[in-house]
Amino acid sequence: MPFEWLLALRFLREGRMQTLLIMAGTTAGVAVIIFITALVNGLQASLASRTLSTQAHIVVRSPDEVPSPVLDRFAQSVASHVEPRVQRLRSIDQWERVFRELPAIPGVVAASPMASGSGFASRGDATRSIAIIGVEPALYIRIVDVPGRLVAGGFRIGPGEAVIGTELARDLGAAVGDRIRVVSTEGRNDVFQVTGIFDLGVKDLNRRWVIVPLRSAQSLLELPGGVTNIDLAVADVMLAEEVAGRIAASTGLTAESWMAVNTQLLTAFRNQTMTTRTIRVFLVLIVALGIASVLVVSVVQKQKEIGILRAIGTSPRRIMGVFLIQGGIVGGVGAMLGSALATGMVWAASRVMLQDDGAPLVPAAIPADYYLGAAAVAVVAGVLAAVAPARRAAMLDPVEAIRYG
Amino acid sequence: MAEAEILRLEGVRKSYNVGTEVETEVLHGIDLALAAAEFSALIGPSGSGKSTLLHIIGLLERPTGGRVAIRGEAVDGLDEAALTELRGRTLGFVFQFHYLLPGFSALENVMMPCLIDRGRYDAAMRGRAEWLLGRVGLAGARDKRPSQLSGGMQQRVAIARALAMNPALVLADEPTGNLDTRSADEIFALLRDFHREEGTAFLVVTHDPRLAERCDRRIELVDGRIRPA
Repeated sequence: MPFEWLLALRFLREGRMQTLLIMAGTTAGVAVIIFITALVNGLQASLASRTLSTQAHIVVRSPDEVPSPVLDRFAQSVASHVEPRVQRLRSIDQWERVFRELPAIPGVVAASPMASGSGFASRGDATRSIAIIGVEPALYIRIVDVPGRLVAGGFRIGPGEAVIGTELARDLGAAVGDRIRVVSTEGRNDVFQVTGIFDLGVKDLNRRWVIVPLRSAQSLLELPGGVTNIDLAVADVMLAEEVAGRIAASTGLTAESWMAVNTQLLTAFRNQTMTTRTIRVFLVLIVALGIASVLVVSVVQKQKEIGILRAIGTSPRRIMGVFLIQGGIVGGVGAMLGSALATGMVWAASRVMLQDDGAPLVPAAIPADYYLGAAAVAVVAGVLAAVAPARRAAMLDPVEAIRYG
Repeated sequence: MAEAEILRLEGVRKSYNVGTEVETEVLHGIDLALAAAEFSALIGPSGSGKSTLLHIIGLLERPTGGRVAIRGEAVDGLDEAALTELRGRTLGFVFQFHYLLPGFSALENVMMPCLIDRGRYDAAMRGRAEWLLGRVGLAGARDKRPSQLSGGMQQRVAIARALAMNPALVLADEPTGNLDTRSADEIFALLRDFHREEGTAFLVVTHDPRLAERCDRRIELVDGRIRPA
């Protein structure tokens, strides 16, 4: 073992209580850093997956129609008031071409065309306002897992068949096998047999969604061969906004990510992340200050020994190295023990903190990069914390240390 | 005899608190040469500047004026790192209060100068350290910590450590200062043995006229000046 390491280890061993306490402090700090990171990321992931289980990661649709104001020769608008245009229900221009190109965009894993609009569903005397959702079932299940959300029947929508939500089924008194009449706001109507009833976990969707074959929706909404939007799923949901930006740029269409749709959720995520980051920064700071203060005391205690080491041929630089290594060792050992402790804490949390459906709120396993990240931060913080004490040790005058030590 | 000269001081002065109103010069122009394998005593009353002179000879302090040369090479221009290396390889130290490293065994303490020099333990330094410990009569105490040894034993370990790198000159500052007469005699005898067997030069600072008598040469420092012999 090189001289500096040997000396650093012996000095730490001689420190006994001091060393134990600061290692315990570092361990606790690292454990809490890993734990809260895992906890908050786990919470966010479960919240995000809940939100995203009923919606597309990205929705691509035609750009809004904007009024073109009358301009004078100086390109100044001559109108005193510009009335916004009514947004008609219309198809994406040449959607088949766009639909074929989308999967080639990096990050996109699934695409599903949809024709949607509003209308009414009635059975007997009961009439309810609904959203007509026309999809190709085989494609749509890759966006929203309807089969996994069924409470009755199957996700089977051939011509003249529909699946509806639990609330709507109750409102209309409809069960699997019953027929409902759907009238679109365009004034067309059709009759569907209910083949399945779903519960998406969101009352509003359960009350309004009527999922029908794409072709039926196209004729109800007077969009022959057209679709109003294309739903996409992406590989990394947290990158949806970037993927949406790329799509908008390459297609000229509007691409809205789930993040843009759920701004309040995203704001909550950002605030949470910022809070966690603040806590982490302060923890690292506290751990570093602890290490620094212990090493400062150690330098004073070891003054005599440092003096003799200097006298018998140790250069100031190597004395400095001995103390920097001590800081690094405290950080490194703290990181290892802290990782072990965090693993236990996260495991316990995954058993105790459960969601409504009994699934753990936090995943029981911590990603490896958390450990590596925490270890790197702890070692770097330890070494940096040791800089001031190490410089002090290196600058000790051997004569002073020997004479008065 | 120039090639056999280990150390030469020319007009060495040392002042403390330089540039302040309380500036004091403790050494007023010291000229001194130490020959290889010379066994000298540095004597003088308290406050005569013995320790300061020893620290300058030991390259632990830089003089405010004059010249210091080791084996004919001036050391004034050397930086701290070079000075440290030269010190580690040429000089050995025995202090009044032994100053062993408490966290290391007797054997590890003796090996320490070689470890510092070479960076890692090796068989040669271990062999030399074991031989030295045996030579100072502590073969059985090699794995003991300094706190488990008596004052006289600790001082013997310190002597073994001073000789680990086979230095040309060993500087001993009151090596027997806090020992009883019998231990002091034993320690002094050890120094003389090493001088005879290894040809190491010694410069021993002492208050004890009995011990000074037993040295080959006596250098007397009075009020920061060497009194002519």
